[in-house]
Amino acid sequence: MTLTRRLLAPGWYRATLGTVGGFALGMGLVVAVRAAYGWDPLFDWDAIVTVGALIAAPLGYLVGIGCFDYWFRWASGAPTIPEDHSGHGARSWKDYFRVNTDHKVIGIQYIVTTFFFFVAGGLMAMLMRAELATPGTQFVDPNTFNGLFSVHASLMIFLFIIPVFAGIANYVIPLMIGAPDMAFPRLNALSYWMLPIGGVMMLASYFAEGGAFATGWTAYAPLSTETPLGQQFFTVGVQFAGASSIATALNFLVTIITMRAPGMTFWRMPLLVWANFTTSLLVVIATPFIAGSQFFVLLDRSIGTHFFDPAGNGDVLMYQHVFWFYSHPAVYIMMLPGFGIVSEVISTHARKPIFGYRMMAFSLVAIVILGFSVWAHHMFVSGMWSWLRVPMMITTMLIAVPTGIKIFSWLATLWRGVIHLRTPLLFALGFITMFTLGGISGIMLAVIPFTIHVSDTYFIVAHIHYVLFGGSVFTIFAGIYHWFPKMTGRMYDETLGRIHFWLSFVFFNLTFGPMHFVGIDGMPRRVADYAEQFATWNAIISISAFIFGLSFLVFVYNMVASWRHGPLADGNPWRAHSIEWQVSSPPPVFNFDEVPTVVGGPYEYGVPGAVHAVFKERAPAGATVPAPAGGGGAPPPAE
Amino acid sequence: MSEREPSAGSFEGPPETDPRIEGEKHPVARMLLLGTIASAIGVAICLLIDWFPADASGAADQIDTVYDVLLICSVPVFVLVMTIAIYSVWRFRALPGDTRDGPSIHGNTRLEVIWVTVPFLMVTALAIYAWIILDDIEAKQPNELPVSVTAQQFTWTFAYPGEEVQSTELVLPEDRPVEFRIKTNDVIHSFWVPEFRLKSDAVPGLTTKIRLTPDRIGRYQVVCAELCGIGHSTMRQNVRVVPEDEFDQWLGEQREATQAAGGGGGSGQGAQTP
Repeated sequence: MTLTRRLLAPGWYRATLGTVGGFALGMGLVVAVRAAYGWDPLFDWDAIVTVGALIAAPLGYLVGIGCFDYWFRWASGAPTIPEDHSGHGARSWKDYFRVNTDHKVIGIQYIVTTFFFFVAGGLMAMLMRAELATPGTQFVDPNTFNGLFSVHASLMIFLFIIPVFAGIANYVIPLMIGAPDMAFPRLNALSYWMLPIGGVMMLASYFAEGGAFATGWTAYAPLSTETPLGQQFFTVGVQFAGASSIATALNFLVTIITMRAPGMTFWRMPLLVWANFTTSLLVVIATPFIAGSQFFVLLDRSIGTHFFDPAGNGDVLMYQHVFWFYSHPAVYIMMLPGFGIVSEVISTHARKPIFGYRMMAFSLVAIVILGFSVWAHHMFVSGMWSWLRVPMMITTMLIAVPTGIKIFSWLATLWRGVIHLRTPLLFALGFITMFTLGGISGIMLAVIPFTIHVSDTYFIVAHIHYVLFGGSVFTIFAGIYHWFPKMTGRMYDETLGRIHFWLSFVFFNLTFGPMHFVGIDGMPRRVADYAEQFATWNAIISISAFIFGLSFLVFVYNMVASWRHGPLADGNPWRAHSIEWQVSSPPPVFNFDEVPTVVGGPYEYGVPGAVHAVFKERAPAGATVPAPAGGGGAPPPAE
Repeated sequence: MSEREPSAGSFEGPPETDPRIEGEKHPVARMLLLGTIASAIGVAICLLIDWFPADASGAADQIDTVYDVLLICSVPVFVLVMTIAIYSVWRFRALPGDTRDGPSIHGNTRLEVIWVTVPFLMVTALAIYAWIILDDIEAKQPNELPVSVTAQQFTWTFAYPGEEVQSTELVLPEDRPVEFRIKTNDVIHSFWVPEFRLKSDAVPGLTTKIRLTPDRIGRYQVVCAELCGIGHSTMRQNVRVVPEDEFDQWLGEQREATQAAGGGGGSGQGAQTP
């Protein structure tokens, strides 16, 4: 291929060209506008970085890598290139670095990318714990420290937990509902390719003048409207991660509503599908609010609006209301898919039907609805109108009811099961343990008199890590181990999996458990230095945190080594009933050679002869096979 | 149990006929007993731990009691979850090569009603209790001493309205209700004295208020609890709770010092700039 052709074909050469071209265009625009107004200096680097590097260059990159080719052709009236599916499937690792519309490839792309950012965020946590191991300043100055916890939290939330669930669901959901792919494969690819932009931007903020954004992941105004340039990297980075998230959620909704296999009614959907359906509702409704809040900050910073400037009739508390109207539902965006994973894992590895299946689904819906009515419990000491606190306390506490239903139903599912204590189930049980603790401290935090004391202390740090690490991340590990054979066609090493579980379980608790103590005892969060009286606990926390961090290496080694050399897995190593296990591991390029027909519930363990789905040629005589009609039928994949 | 032939099939039938818990007439009663003992020990340990810093205000006692109540409610819930999980894993663990399924139990309406109702009643009771305490803590007191608190990056200034006194040290009389009026000159800060248990953000454009009655003589610290920039972790200043007459004396000295200095300024090192 000549260089010209390489530069014109979608791929990394054109992406580089697009990035540089986008930046030049943005810079040109800034300079032109400043010249037109006669402003001095002509080259305002803050504006050039914002418009050129943060907005125009990423768009140029997306065009260059090939996310928009089909749509551009279609929009301009040029003949579109019909999808011949030749790009489906990945034949070598290089295929993962191209725009690909295969949901299984996109799923792997998501998972590997998000784990990269997980490691990056984790290393920042290690650096923070090194700094906090003893009082005083050791390794980093306070500004860098504030940057560390801000980027750590932003990466973990926007670039790891939220998208890794999207990755797992991307891989599993179409298989689970018997669909050949997602409803909008090209949008799916665009969603994926927007994601790393947000992460790279957050990492790149370290190189901005004045250091990385240092206002926490909450970016409260007016601090965030006054800090140096690094803040823009967060403000814009969140837009890319958020747009990616919204597009994926729409895709899931349409896929789940329209592409279920014949016979797959809503009450026959596995709970992971239910979980992602409800999560997608949350994402679609809530995520625009954080996009809005960050746009307000961006506008206040760059073009002098007064959204959060009291001197210009702005309202500081408005930022918090809008921000938390997203960011509390975001807690459930980060938890509901994990609930789905745990339901699959417990039912499969304990070989029992999910106890109270319909209540499990209803409680997800209840959490979605209640989740929108509790945001101000993050603002009990914010100075907002004080009457609002009590209703928010009550709704917050009521969320314990649907969450309790889930915990008790999982326990009842375990009861009298045949429990195969494999790594995914260990992580699911670890999740139940720590999520219960996180839920209990959550109830405590709803109690206003107590929260007035502990808000913004290490008690909060302990609580969110019990919910998000002991909760969400443990379900992520459970899911990764559970579907590893399906995704890679190979088995992971069970012994290493168990070592990984026990190391992380023990040292997670030793790291985050003591934070409850120091928090109640008076240590505020987000501090680079602390009073002498907390030194002992902080030393213990730091040492545990380092071992906890190292335990992740066991996981990485297990995954990499097993993916390359692990024993081959057969289609259904867990003898599960849901559809993704009824095809080969890894699944065929188009998922199903024969469209499956769903004839029963997904968890009919212990019911003699029960199956969830049948493939036409294997349909047992007498099984009621509803006619594939209406919107439920998935078209055969290849023409 | 070990001579059981692992094969396909399932453990159908009522629990008493499940070979794995045969002979154990009342597994639930046993778990309940173990759970109660574990809960009692857990509650005792939790209540023995000295969680809080010294209590130096009227509200502190009430808040510490709220926390004790929360612990007493929480421990049994956690123990319940753990008992069922551990018992299940212990008793119903699969043998190597066992391909049987558990019984096909799909639900139990009575149980589900119970675990909706009981948590609902528990949280409702807690919410009512918390509301009562909250009202009590925040009730207006007679003879309140107004103190205005002004935050700015990264220092606190305290003023006593009507006294023309400004100070970087917060001095309060013992046993006299205080009303803090909290303001900020720049970004959001949060006024917190851990020993008083109360905090409130200082919000640009607003004056927020908290009330409390210091009731223990001693030296404490005001800690900024809301991330406010580079010097956030060092934004701490001294608080002294002193007897009423000592307070009046201090106030008099401050007034004289302020007048001698020409009205402005204040005591101590004055406002630090970042």
